Amino acid sequence: MSALTFTLKYKPAQRVDLSPLVCHQLADLSLADIGAILLQSGKLKLRVDELFTIEGSDTQDIVINNSTDNLDFIGKELDGGRISVNGDAGAYLAFGLKSGEIKVSGNVGLYAACEMKKGYLEVSGNAGDFLGAALPGNKMGMKGGTILVKGNVGERAGDHMRRGNILIEGNAGDYCGSRMTAGTIAVMGRTGRYLGYAMRRGTLLLWNQPTLSASFNDCGAHTLAFLPILFASFKSLNSRFADASIAFNRVQRYAGDMSEMGRGEVLVKL
Amino acid sequence: MIINGVSIDATFAEAFPMKATRAIITAQNEKWAMISAQAMTGFATSVIACGCEGAIERVLDPSETPDGRPGVAIMIFAMGGKGLAKQLETRAGQCVLTSPTSALFSGIDGGIRIPLGKNLRYFGDGFQVSKQISGKRYWRIPVMDGEFLTEATTGQVDAIGGGNFLVLAESQPQALAACEAAIEEMRKIPNVIMPFPGGVVRSGSKVGSKYKTLGASTNDAFCPTLKGMTKTDLSPEIESVMEIVIDGLTKEDIDKAMRVGIQAVCDLGAKNGIKRISAGNYGGKLGPFHFHLQEIMA
Repeated sequence: MSALTFTLKYKPAQRVDLSPLVCHQLADLSLADIGAILLQSGKLKLRVDELFTIEGSDTQDIVINNSTDNLDFIGKELDGGRISVNGDAGAYLAFGLKSGEIKVSGNVGLYAACEMKKGYLEVSGNAGDFLGAALPGNKMGMKGGTILVKGNVGERAGDHMRRGNILIEGNAGDYCGSRMTAGTIAVMGRTGRYLGYAMRRGTLLLWNQPTLSASFNDCGAHTLAFLPILFASFKSLNSRFADASIAFNRVQRYAGDMSEMGRGEVLVKL
Repeated sequence: MIINGVSIDATFAEAFPMKATRAIITAQNEKWAMISAQAMTGFATSVIACGCEGAIERVLDPSETPDGRPGVAIMIFAMGGKGLAKQLETRAGQCVLTSPTSALFSGIDGGIRIPLGKNLRYFGDGFQVSKQISGKRYWRIPVMDGEFLTEATTGQVDAIGGGNFLVLAESQPQALAACEAAIEEMRKIPNVIMPFPGGVVRSGSKVGSKYKTLGASTNDAFCPTLKGMTKTDLSPEIESVMEIVIDGLTKEDIDKAMRVGIQAVCDLGAKNGIKRISAGNYGGKLGPFHFHLQEIMA
């Protein structure tokens, strides 16, 4: 069986909600049924076959070709299966992802992996603000799984994050790890201002010395036993994080945010 | 059956169902991993009075341990799951948490999950940190030498305890030398432990006693000094008997350990004073697992 492939015919004028095109919702549908699904685009409802050329039959392996940055909610609440996006993705990519794998070859918009529960998201380009965060007003962001971004991420990455890993090969914007409750965010590049703002628990693992707020206290240099295990868990990833030569276990430990619970930590490679 | 002049009795060892677990202790170097492992498996020779039976299974190469440091695998056996969990937790808390540079990991992935460091985390007094990595939960507990890293749980599996064989020799040094040779070979077999001191027990017991308060007492039929006083099972030339007790995860594991152990004893043979191999049982009425010596050595 070849992958069920949606090739975008033209860039739609309005943003399009692609949330119906997820593996578990297409499982028992014929190509004709899939083509007849209506997608919300502004005030309009567009048929899938009006927007996409549809090929292939494996509903558990979806490919979206020619994807653009106004295709929102790709892989919303995906519960098993795989989605590959060739091109960019809009906002709310992998929203509430439950299980399965989503890979994007380009850049992704705001709120990628927002309130993700489990599974794996890989972005080869950059990600917008609020990566792995909670919806405005909600208290729990990402609750599990792994996000890998090979480029840079915007502001508030991991806002209200509860569990899981966010791995960033590039730079992170301001407020990275803000209001984190737990989990791990690793940033190989540089981080912006207000790192870990109001974080309660969790780990920010950095390759470069950040500019820290006064509410983070230096706990000294340490060799931490859990780091080799953490790095070993990245071995299977298609990423620089899988390279054994980048692993380390010697860090400077900063505790914070002391203006909040203060059980979080910023670990900086020594 | 006679192997190299050593007579193999037509009898069997009688063993019982137990619950078992394995833990991996790592440290800065093998010396400190071993110290911690020895402490954790100390006073764990017999469930009769120790609450569990435990021993070091083997030394692990750094490439085999979760954190890439030198390590030691230990196994603990108990009659029930509750007792096993209690012993494991108490020993982990007093012997591994306290041991410099140590870390503690699960040695069995499947089975029923029982607490390893799950409750030890409270020692961290709120400063402990949880990390979930590849589906496993770890606890980082701040201690005075840095951080104690422990996996939250380990696996409890069904197992067998009480496999055994007796070495009957013409002298005490010869019996001990034969047992040492056996233990050296048996320690190469995975999934088994020999919980007695050095793997060898010199005070094999029988069920019951003339004293009402005791459930077990010396196995007088195999005591060489009582040859003329009791219904002995020893011929005149036997001057010393020693026993090796084996706990293992499966019957096959114990079979294998008994085979290599008895073979090592027989390799020394009659010329080194080894006369007979026998085994302890209760007439086959108590334990569901029977290890027939002659079948094992066939």
